[in-house]
Amino acid sequence: MLGKLSLDAIPYHEPIIMVVAAFMAIGAFALIAALTYYRKWGWLWSEWFTSVDHKKLGIMYFLVALVMLVRGFADAIMMRTQLAMAAGGSMGYLPPEHYDQIFTAHGVIMIFFVAMPMVIGLMNLVVPLQIGARDVAYPFLNNLSFWLFAAGAVLVNISLVVGEFATTGWLAYAPLSGIEYSPGVGVDYWIWALQISGVGTTLTGINFFVTILKMRTPGMTLFRMPIFTWTSLCANVLIIASFPILTATIALLTLDRYLGMHFFTNDFGGNMMMYVNLIWAWGHPEVYILILPAFGVFSEVIATFSRKRLFGYTTMVWATVAITLLSFIVWLHHFFTMGAGANVNAFFGIMTMIIAIPTGVKVFNWLFTMFRGRLEFTSPVLWTLGFIITFTLGGMTGVMLAVPGANFVLHNSLFVIAHFHNVIIGGVLFGMMAGMTYWFPKAFGFTLDETWGKRAFWCWLIGFYLAFMPLYVLSFFGAVRRMQSYANPEWQPWMILAWVGAVVIMLGIVCTVIQLWVSIRDRRLNADVTGDPWNGRTLEWSIASPPPHYNFAHAPEVGGIDSFWTHKQRGAEAVGEAPYQDIHMPRNTVAGPVISLFAVVLGFALVWHIWWLAIVAAVGGLISFLARVFNDDIDYWVPAEEVARSERVHQRRRVARDEWQTNGSALGGFAPADLRG
Amino acid sequence: MTTDTIKHNDDHAHPVTHGHSDTGSIKVFGFWVYLMSDLVIFGTLFATYAVLMRGTAGGPSGAEIFDLRLILAGTLLLLVSSFTYGMAVLSMTAERLAQLKAWLVVTLLLGAGFIAIEFYEFRHLIHAGFGPDRSAFLSAFFTLVGTHGLHVLFGLLWLVVVLVQLQTKGLNDMTRPRILCLSLFWHFLDVVWICVFSFVYLMGVL
Amino acid sequence: MKDSPIAHGSVRSYVIGLILSLVLTAIPFAVVMGGLLATSATLLVIVAAAVLQVLVQLIMFMHMDTKQEEGWNLMSLVFTVTILGLVVGGSLWIMHHLHLNMMIG
Repeated sequence: MLGKLSLDAIPYHEPIIMVVAAFMAIGAFALIAALTYYRKWGWLWSEWFTSVDHKKLGIMYFLVALVMLVRGFADAIMMRTQLAMAAGGSMGYLPPEHYDQIFTAHGVIMIFFVAMPMVIGLMNLVVPLQIGARDVAYPFLNNLSFWLFAAGAVLVNISLVVGEFATTGWLAYAPLSGIEYSPGVGVDYWIWALQISGVGTTLTGINFFVTILKMRTPGMTLFRMPIFTWTSLCANVLIIASFPILTATIALLTLDRYLGMHFFTNDFGGNMMMYVNLIWAWGHPEVYILILPAFGVFSEVIATFSRKRLFGYTTMVWATVAITLLSFIVWLHHFFTMGAGANVNAFFGIMTMIIAIPTGVKVFNWLFTMFRGRLEFTSPVLWTLGFIITFTLGGMTGVMLAVPGANFVLHNSLFVIAHFHNVIIGGVLFGMMAGMTYWFPKAFGFTLDETWGKRAFWCWLIGFYLAFMPLYVLSFFGAVRRMQSYANPEWQPWMILAWVGAVVIMLGIVCTVIQLWVSIRDRRLNADVTGDPWNGRTLEWSIASPPPHYNFAHAPEVGGIDSFWTHKQRGAEAVGEAPYQDIHMPRNTVAGPVISLFAVVLGFALVWHIWWLAIVAAVGGLISFLARVFNDDIDYWVPAEEVARSERVHQRRRVARDEWQTNGSALGGFAPADLRG
Repeated sequence: MTTDTIKHNDDHAHPVTHGHSDTGSIKVFGFWVYLMSDLVIFGTLFATYAVLMRGTAGGPSGAEIFDLRLILAGTLLLLVSSFTYGMAVLSMTAERLAQLKAWLVVTLLLGAGFIAIEFYEFRHLIHAGFGPDRSAFLSAFFTLVGTHGLHVLFGLLWLVVVLVQLQTKGLNDMTRPRILCLSLFWHFLDVVWICVFSFVYLMGVL
Repeated sequence: MKDSPIAHGSVRSYVIGLILSLVLTAIPFAVVMGGLLATSATLLVIVAAAVLQVLVQLIMFMHMDTKQEEGWNLMSLVFTVTILGLVVGGSLWIMHHLHLNMMIG
């Protein structure tokens, strides 16, 4: 009746897990109680969960990502603590079985449930606004994508308390992940969490690709698009072309595990190296899916705060396109040591070095944008500067790894760990923090507190170097990745230093939490009344903060790159003026959350081999999808009067700001009170 | 597939729906992009098949188990169904609802025939002890061909949905793009099948 | 959808497409089932017929051209096929060399 599931699946004997689970349960209970007490369930359901508004979906993506960041970081600091203790015969406090689950969960969570949703959340929030669109091409699919992603995240978290997670490492290499060597449910949780959220990601890729190509405002040719939109376009191309490889590869592993097939087994003609080959054919484009939008964020931030047009816009675009294509011909550098031989290794080594060139072009573009600009050292700029230095360093260790000869020495060592944290923390995470600070006022109507933002930055930067530079050193001593303990006591001081770094990073996360709290508390003081707090260059700053749900009253006309900035220079701001017309908008939908709820049940049932429940969930999901297909009441019209009302408020604030700037700015201080709220 | 269809609304003679102005064409384009991602799935399966083809592990090779006459029959059914779907689209543009439904039903029957043949082939192989768990070659073979078969099966389900919608709603701006999307899907499956019979079956028996 | 940019072809183009694909199916099947040619020549016929028939499907049935959707349809297809060529070709190349070196796979 319950397949493999029984009460034994709950790890009572693991005190750490039980304590964490207790905290999670208390937290969840407090949240549910608060929502019930303040009667917020209806509001949450109708305004957020069922929303097809890209801005709200973007915020929800980011919120889930931040929560999962805390979960992923908890894994990280547990690992660092273990390695700070487990030297010279000591086994530390985490048994290997548990330690292996932790490093697997850490990798999976940080890539799939932190970095991806941050990038996709930012794309959701920003891209339609930058191209002057009212929504994405397929608003319902956008909602469904979010909920499928959330379903995957839920499955990962269920694995913490019901059963176990994979002990295979984040990519679940076969044959270790096969049924013979991983007979438990850990790999199955991994499979279904990734498969379900991966479908959501593919849908997002298609959605934003079409949105960017087909829904741009009149006059916005491809080469007038903001760089963040360009990098998002390329990231979505990569999603469309690479995520299906992941889907297919995981499906094959699933067939091996569930139906006894022999794709990646080491008997009956299977070939486990094909698994490694395929998973990296997806995996390498994946890292560019993460980093390209971060490059876009830095480009926007640096242009805005240097008060200059981005240096070399065209080369930036072509560098992005070149990376997009090249990212598909470097994947073998993840397994030089597999034994494909000198010719193959030489080819992929050289291609890997070549991909560093367009990245280098970008670095010079950012430097030259700052050169002779009036750079303001706001916290987004600090993240950008920290990125340029850190990422360049990480890029260079990457080129070192691209040399096949050196790679045979460095493979599977802590050097690899140091390298990819160097580019993922220094690149993606810094980029997402910069992007969050930069676009937060657009989403919520008030800016984030600068003091705490800068504190967060310095903690992250210093913490990063403290935590990961020792790993480079340790790798030269021969320390390998994924080891639960080590014999050489001389390594311990470096491991303790790395632990200190992790603690400093934790302070950075705490600073961000305080920053959010302080900013929300002082939201009246930090209100962004004009919709353009940074004196921005792109279209999203031409509308109110937070934008009306229809975004633009009229399709803005665009005449060049940074059109909004040029308009402002000429004193003609592109604010929507009367007369207004009715606006056609998509209606909220319950289909997304309902289908995804069935997806969670389906995933859980498949993990535990509860076949009847799997069938019920699959049929339920199909029926809810068909219900959506047969529903033709999916849109409505926003009356022109409503548009006029909200646009008038925005214009009044704009005018007040202009008057204040011409008459009162010499006096200093805050804008007049009537400007606010 | 199922997004923000615009209902024609006579009160809004000049809808200010920039970007939404041609929702039908945006849907069809998006579906095309989806097909591209599906193509990558099939590409991955073809690559896997090519690598594992020789991994017969003492079991049968393709030459020993493929029955080309059966495959030829299935191929002809699918090819003709691609043509009949084309006829259905022509009937749609000509606004001939009854004819459209008739062509769709013919397509449905041909597709069902193809599935029946594949089902027979698979059942036969499994009964002979050559199931997908026998060897890596058979795993790859069943998965590649079976994935195509599942797509056809899904196409049949979709045909039924379209027929029901044509019955209840008739031809409108919601059903039209769906029929066009399904037409792309159906022809796409034909393209994939051309690769399957050429590279798996014909080359397999050489 | 009156102004839809999607071409729908004509009865004539569909009939020609059908005949072409039947012929292009018949040729390789006949060559293989009748054992008419040597192996390498047979392979060539199979590949050529498959490529041609795919083109027939794309052009006569799916109406691919450079004009639809400002050429994005065709461009996305060309891009996808390129990527597939790289990934499938690359995978086979890698696995082939692996087989030569390691005697597995």
